[in-house]
Amino acid sequence: MHPDLSFDQAPPIDVPFRFFLTAPLFGIAAGLLLAIVGGEMFASRWMPPALAGTHLLVLGFMLQAMCGALLQFLPVAAGANIWRPRWVAGVVHPLLAVSAVLLVTAFLSQRSGLFLAAAIGLALGLGLFAVVTGIALWRTPARGATVMALRLALLGLVATLSLGILLATGLARGSDWPLLALTDLHAAWGLGGWALILLAGVSYYVVPMFQLTPAYPARLARSLPLLLLAVLAGWSLTFDPGAAGRQQVAFIGGVAVSSAYAVSTLRLQQRRRRKVSDATFLFFRVAMLALLGVFVSALAITLLPALQNEPRGAVWIGLLAIVGVFVSAINGMLYKIVPFLNWLHLQNLCGMRAMPPTMHQMIPERRMRGQFYLHLAALGMLLAAVWWPLLARPAGLLFAASCAWLGYNLLGAVGVYRAFKTRIRADASDRRS
Amino acid sequence: MSSLTEPLRHHHQHCDDLFVAAENAVREGDWSRARRELSAFLAAMETHFDTEEETLFPAFEAATGMNMGPTRMMRHEHAQMRDLFRQMDAALESRDATAYASAADTLLVMMQQHNMKEENILYPMCDRGLDAQAAALGPVLRERLEVE
Repeated sequence: MHPDLSFDQAPPIDVPFRFFLTAPLFGIAAGLLLAIVGGEMFASRWMPPALAGTHLLVLGFMLQAMCGALLQFLPVAAGANIWRPRWVAGVVHPLLAVSAVLLVTAFLSQRSGLFLAAAIGLALGLGLFAVVTGIALWRTPARGATVMALRLALLGLVATLSLGILLATGLARGSDWPLLALTDLHAAWGLGGWALILLAGVSYYVVPMFQLTPAYPARLARSLPLLLLAVLAGWSLTFDPGAAGRQQVAFIGGVAVSSAYAVSTLRLQQRRRRKVSDATFLFFRVAMLALLGVFVSALAITLLPALQNEPRGAVWIGLLAIVGVFVSAINGMLYKIVPFLNWLHLQNLCGMRAMPPTMHQMIPERRMRGQFYLHLAALGMLLAAVWWPLLARPAGLLFAASCAWLGYNLLGAVGVYRAFKTRIRADASDRRS
Repeated sequence: MSSLTEPLRHHHQHCDDLFVAAENAVREGDWSRARRELSAFLAAMETHFDTEEETLFPAFEAATGMNMGPTRMMRHEHAQMRDLFRQMDAALESRDATAYASAADTLLVMMQQHNMKEENILYPMCDRGLDAQAAALGPVLRERLEVE
C-alpha cells in the first residue's frame, strides 16, 4: 500500500492556538477559586468547590490543551489527516470552553439545569472531536506504539465522557445511583485511560526528539497502554459500588503500571545525548517525579491505617496527578509546540526571502524558566496546603500567577508571530509597488 | 539482510551526535572547537541531503511516479533546515550563544520530526518501492554517506 502522504496536512495555525491560548485562562480561574474559597476546598474531594476546581483544571486546562495539540499532532506525527480541521476546531473549542464554565457553575450553584446543559455541550463537542480524530486514527497508514496509544487514549476519552454524562444526569435528577463509586471510575478513566495513555503515546514521540534519548523499550511502549486499559476495563466490567477492596486493587494496579512509564522516561532522560536542560525538560522531569509520587502516595494511603480514612489523601493524590503530572507536562510541551509552530508557519509564509525569528526569540528561555520555578513553587504550596489549610489562599494565588505567566509567554510568542507576519506582508507589497 | 535505507537511518544518528558536539562546544564557550564541530555537522547534513535529493528521491520518484508527494515535502524541509544552518553559522560567527541556542533548538525540532517522517513513512516506502534496484542502489548510498 502506498499511502498518499504529502506530509502537508498540518492545520492552519489558529486551529491549535485557540485551544492553547484558552487553557491558561482556566488555570487562572482554578487558582483564583482556591484563593477565594480557601482551605475548605481541600477538606474533601467531594466539596462542591473542589469538584468545580478539578473540572476547571481537567476540562478547562488539560482537555483544551490536549484537544488542540492532537489536532496538530495527528496529521503531522501520525499521518492521520483531520477532516476540515478549522471547522472542527471552530465547533469543538467554544463548546468545550462554554461547557466547562457551565459545569463549574453547576457544581458551585448545584442547579440541575446547568449540569444537563454542560452534559449536552460536552457530548456534542467531545463527541464530534472523538468521531473526527477517531476516523483519522482509524484510516492512518502509520503504525507503531504512538498510533496505538492514541487510539486507545481515544477510547479512554469516550469512556470518560460517557461516565461524565451519566454522572451529570444523575446529579441533575437527584437519582439514587452510586454516584461516588461512579465518580471514582470516571476519574480513573479520565486521568488513566485518556490523559496518561495520551501523554505516554506523545512521549514516545517527543522525549527522544527533544533530548535525543534512546527510544522507549518497544515492549514497554506497546504494553503500557494495553495494561492500563485492561485494568480500567476490568474495573468497569466488574463494577460493584460495594466492593471497595476490588477498587483499591485496580487503583494500585493502574498506578503501578503508570509508574513504570515514569521510571522508563526518567531513565531515558538520564541517558540523553543532548545535555541542555531547558524549561520543557525540567517540566517533564517534574511531571515524571510527580507520577512516581502518585504511586508512593497511593501505596501509603492503602497500607497505612492512619491515612485510610483521611479524606485529604485523595485530594493530595488528585493535586499530584493533575497539577504535578499533567499541568506540568502540558506546560512544558506548550513551550516547544507554540514557538516551533510559529517559526514553521512564518517560514512557510516568507519562503527563503527572510529569516523568521527562531524559537527562543518567540519566548526567551529565562522567561520560560522563571515561569517553571513559579509553577514549582505553586505545586509545592498546593501540596502543603492539603495539610495546612492556611496556605490554601496563597497557593491558589501562586498557581493563578503561574498560569497567567504561561498565558503571557504564549501571547508574547503570538505577538512576535504577528509582528513578523505584518513585516513580510509589508515587504511583499513594497516589492510589488 | 539490512534494508536499503538502513545507512540513511544510521547516518541520522551520526548527524545527531555531531549536532550535540557543536551545541556543547557553544555552551562551553569554546568557539574554535564550536567552529570545527559545526562545520563537521553542516558537512554531514549536506552529504545526507545531497544523497537523498540526488540518488534516493529520483529513484523513488522514477519507480513510483510520485513526484509531488512525500519527496517534494522532504526537499522543502531540507530547504527550511538549510535556512537554519545559515542562522546557526551566522550566530557562531558573531559569537552569539543565545542566538545559536535559539536557532539550534528550532533546527533540532525541525530535524527530528523530519527524520521521523522519513524513518517511519518515507524510508519504508522506498524499501518496498525500490526492492528491485536495492542491489545496485545500496552500495551507492553507502558510498556517498561514507565520503566525509
